[in-house]
Amino acid sequence: MAGIGGKSGESASSAFAPIRAWLIAPTWLMIGFFLVVPVGTMLVYSFLTKEFRGGVIWEFSLAAYDRFIFDRGLFGDEPPKLELTYITIFARSIVQAAIATALCLIIGFPTAFYIATRPVSTRAIWLFLVTVPYWVNLLVRTVSMKFLVRESGPLNTFLQWTGVISEPLQIINTDFAVQLGLFYSYLPFMVLPIYASVERYDFALSEAAADLYAGKWTILRKVLLPTVKPGIIAGCILVFVPSLGAFLAPDLLGGAKNFMIGSLIEEQFKGNAGNWPFGAAASMILLSMVLIVLLFYARRQSVRAGA
Amino acid sequence: MESSKENLAVELQGVFKKYGDFVALKKIDLEIKDNEFFTLLGPSGCGKTTLLRVIAGFEEISEGTILLKGERIGDLPPNKRPINTVFQHYALFPHMTVEANVAFGMKMLGMSKAEVADRSRKMLEMVKLGDFAGRRPNQLSGGQQQRVALARAMAPGPQVLLLDEPLSALDLKLRHAMRVELKQLQMETGITFVFVTHDQEEALTMSDRIGVMDHGILQQVGTPHEIYEKPVNRFVADFIGETNIFDATISHVGDANCVCVLRNGSSVGCEAGSNPQVGAKCHLSIRPEGLEMSRANDEPRSLGGRVEQVVYLGTDTQYLIRIPSGELVTVRCQNTIADGVNYSTGDEVALKPRDGAARLLVD
Repeated sequence: MAGIGGKSGESASSAFAPIRAWLIAPTWLMIGFFLVVPVGTMLVYSFLTKEFRGGVIWEFSLAAYDRFIFDRGLFGDEPPKLELTYITIFARSIVQAAIATALCLIIGFPTAFYIATRPVSTRAIWLFLVTVPYWVNLLVRTVSMKFLVRESGPLNTFLQWTGVISEPLQIINTDFAVQLGLFYSYLPFMVLPIYASVERYDFALSEAAADLYAGKWTILRKVLLPTVKPGIIAGCILVFVPSLGAFLAPDLLGGAKNFMIGSLIEEQFKGNAGNWPFGAAASMILLSMVLIVLLFYARRQSVRAGA
Repeated sequence: MESSKENLAVELQGVFKKYGDFVALKKIDLEIKDNEFFTLLGPSGCGKTTLLRVIAGFEEISEGTILLKGERIGDLPPNKRPINTVFQHYALFPHMTVEANVAFGMKMLGMSKAEVADRSRKMLEMVKLGDFAGRRPNQLSGGQQQRVALARAMAPGPQVLLLDEPLSALDLKLRHAMRVELKQLQMETGITFVFVTHDQEEALTMSDRIGVMDHGILQQVGTPHEIYEKPVNRFVADFIGETNIFDATISHVGDANCVCVLRNGSSVGCEAGSNPQVGAKCHLSIRPEGLEMSRANDEPRSLGGRVEQVVYLGTDTQYLIRIPSGELVTVRCQNTIADGVNYSTGDEVALKPRDGAARLLVD
């Protein structure tokens, strides 16, 4: 039976051979048009001169990158000093995104493990529940979180009512609020890939380790985690990268002090006050950083696989 | 403790295992001797794997006692039992090298680095994989993975090695080669092997003793010879090898023998089982090679029939004979040059059990 099935599958796929190249065409078109063209535009804009009411003048300039790194005074005539404002924003973004990723991992891994070890019939329900928050727009979810955690919001009211705290907690406009917002926005991106790898995990490996005198923690550390590591790394990338460029959560929950890269870039393109080349330059710097990290990871993986 | 029990490796006393209402193991009493190649044989779902997992500690028993070298181990988790397992699909750690797989158990036991390295190498050489230490399991063939699993399980020096259908994933030729290797390994190392299989040929060729299981019950425990020649009940007779089962009635009971009458009136002598009663209904098992065939004659009490199918098997020829009651009887004759007697489809023949070939079944 299996053999017959395999054969018919093969012939079916070879029947599609003449058009197979076209199956991927829509994706290539979409990516080509909606990814390469905008990124290319950004790259070009980042080397142009800013126009005062927003927009660009078609004149080559390194001013955008210069502004990111150097402070040349109000009129641009002082000797260059290192500009820390934007580097600080980048550093803060990285830390915030890293903390959000860690939160997602700590909560997401046990969740994924729990779902993957349910009977097959109930797993679909659990996965469905994980994705339910995605039915509501991210903006709406973030705004409602702002209401929940504000000083006179339900969370503080409840905690005061139970007597755990006497004064309302300052959650809104803190780093913690931003981390909470990012965590809530991207948790499913952590749960789903980890679920996929734990679901494929052969629990006979855990039994084999126990049989070979390993205790529960050793099994987790030496057998389970290394085996499902690809899922964990995929989850971390899927949470970290969008967190790094996020602007809704930092804007709505973090307030002005907790500016992140996403907000910085957004601001450059809003209204007349913006600076398009500078926004484009900041985008390019963010993009390069992410790409460098991903390439480094991919390189290490391929070295491993080759060994 | 009785002196005869000193050389027991594993002892199970009244072991029950229930999953909800389903009873997987029904009062298993079993003694497995030290240095023995013991096989648990039975059809799928008979409880043999459950019994193995109970010994390993992966399943808790509902009732009963498990002793390892006289010590109770029923309450110990698997990592506290000096017993190792070769898993059906090997369960090699995919992220570790072959050497690290083999070293795992010894490291967990806290052996010194030098000792672990030395012993890993020796174990890999023993299974003829000395050159594969640095490979990953997925770079090995099925047979090689099988050997790594063996080396890994034997490396910590377990008192008992459990093998859960370890040959079932291999192709036929490799399976036959591995049988010989396994048996050799067992004899060289002197480790007690408890081997689970549904393949009777595997069981017969490798084991010192076999436990035949069905429906969570140990039907019979004995040497391959005993199991094959003296099955205690219809299930064992049917499951091990091929056999013909005849309905019969006991007509005469002697000291060690009794006589049974088949439905066509022919009488057959056989060894008396436990407590036979004259007039009782019983079953007789006669193996295909236990039946003698001749041209139909007028001898009154022989079993007659007509050849319905002839299957040439090389060393043997197998005949299917339709007897008057409508049943098919299988007869196997050796193809010797000397006798040269051939029967063909449609021939009328007479059948007679060879001396001692008929076996009285108790069920």
